[in-house]
Amino acid sequence: MTTLILHRTGPGTSVQDLGRSGYLAQGLSRGGAADPIALAEGAALLNQPPALAALEIVSSIEVEVTEPTWIALTGAPKKASRDGQPLSWNACHRLAPGQRLTLGAATEGNYAYLHLAGGIETPQQVGGRGAHLTAGLGPTLSDGMRLPIGPPPAPVQRERALPSEDRFGGGEIRVLAGPQTGLFPAEVLERFLATPFIRTAWGNRQGVKLGHEGEGFRPAGGLDLMSEVIVPGDIQVTGDGTPYVLGPECQTIGGYPRIATVAPQDLPRVMQATPGARLRFRMVTLEEALASHRAIERVHEDASGQLQAQEANPYHNLMVHNLISGVAIDIFDNKDET
Amino acid sequence: MKSDQETGFPQISPLGIDGLLVRFADRFDDSANRAALAFRELADEMADVQETSTSLGAVYLRFDPHELPHAALMDRLRGLLAERNWYNAPLPANHRIWRIPTVYGGAHGPQLDATADLAGTDADSAIEELSTARLRVMAIGFAPGFPYLGQLPERWNLPRHDDLKTAVPPGALCLAIRQCVLFPAQSPTGWRHVGSTAFRSFRPDHDQPFLLQPGDEILFPAVPARDFDRLTEAPHGGASCEPAQ
Repeated sequence: MTTLILHRTGPGTSVQDLGRSGYLAQGLSRGGAADPIALAEGAALLNQPPALAALEIVSSIEVEVTEPTWIALTGAPKKASRDGQPLSWNACHRLAPGQRLTLGAATEGNYAYLHLAGGIETPQQVGGRGAHLTAGLGPTLSDGMRLPIGPPPAPVQRERALPSEDRFGGGEIRVLAGPQTGLFPAEVLERFLATPFIRTAWGNRQGVKLGHEGEGFRPAGGLDLMSEVIVPGDIQVTGDGTPYVLGPECQTIGGYPRIATVAPQDLPRVMQATPGARLRFRMVTLEEALASHRAIERVHEDASGQLQAQEANPYHNLMVHNLISGVAIDIFDNKDET
Repeated sequence: MKSDQETGFPQISPLGIDGLLVRFADRFDDSANRAALAFRELADEMADVQETSTSLGAVYLRFDPHELPHAALMDRLRGLLAERNWYNAPLPANHRIWRIPTVYGGAHGPQLDATADLAGTDADSAIEELSTARLRVMAIGFAPGFPYLGQLPERWNLPRHDDLKTAVPPGALCLAIRQCVLFPAQSPTGWRHVGSTAFRSFRPDHDQPFLLQPGDEILFPAVPARDFDRLTEAPHGGASCEPAQ
């Protein structure tokens, strides 16, 4: 069996998959990758299902494999190298035993993903492999640890790359009204939607703190609410009026009022927004949100379709060469190579 | 009995892109909790609803909005809500009654004496009352497997401590605001630590990781401190479980 050797694993590195569903009534939130789009893209690059587990990396790592293995790098772009030679991002590469793969500082964004053909096959716990830190689930990674890799998918693999959608610089985030939106006076909600926010440095898989100028956002009638169901994407306002966007590892019920809920297709952009990035919220109707919403399986299918279309193109080999080596024409306007 | 016209409840609202929340009240109310537990039992049987959960007074339903339009599910839920008075519904038919042996006071419940004093009683009477109270799992949340249990008589309407410096061990039975909570793992808390059990409501490495369901009922019968080690060896911390019917 192939093994991934973690020579160096920086703080915050964890095994992640699409999370555990079906346990909300028992107080366990779904969890899973902070950027599930990146998980789907990596799976498409390696021709495998999006449910396989990958490494989620917030700092830096140095790893090695025991058998020749295809890997993919997605999510927040990091300086990546194989035995000191730079590797392109949002692409898959071959890693031979003995070669060292190093991922360094992120150039932008927060969560990078290292996928391996066959997926990480650490033991399942409560129906999933991902670390759920607040629930104490998933392996705690440390230097020198070895993680089992599953059998690689059958089809012949080749080097290829996906255009990278920029979801690291913040921008406009679509939000939906929720059961507690009406607790906020109309002028407070209006001010919330007109306020430019900063993604602060305080953020983790449970949520992201937003910064802004001026007074906080308070509901009418105080804070003595009954604890209510929470979903990821909820924008919770604490006692001092500071908003937090809740992440995949949020609590399942809570007593702070929620002013709105981020549409799931935009939540990865909040989780990935580089600290200091500007965010602005736009209220949309359910219909508008649904029109642009795709389940993660669809995101995976679309990415796979895009890769097939590339391969059907007669210039494919040239394009891939350029993408992978990062020289000559940069057809997808990637910014991660110089 | 309340009418919809008086209170505006039950209310159905979208929550996120793929959920609906059916709320039976906006302030804690025992009948709203019973309504939520009973209505969830029904919602759970809908084939096109992917998952349900409850908070103290509401039911959450998650579904695929591309397959099942919000309006269609809302219509169906309105019909079901109108079928009966949910506020006096019985607890879910499949609920169970747990008896979880508990050591009260001393090192196992260091705040028992002070808590009894605040409630205007003494430790022995408090143990008698707490060990015979039949409490309902009103909701599970805050942490995985963490039950909110209610409801104790008015004398137990004691505030939680503001200071969260004290950590309680796994299995700790704590109380405040007419509710008990049972800690699945060590945690700092403002709830008042009155007893200890060897029961673990969340066991990540078991086939059945969660033991309690919202709607279950629990009694915490008192056992002597010398029995505690034996309970830690026993399956489910010595707890018994039987169907309510």
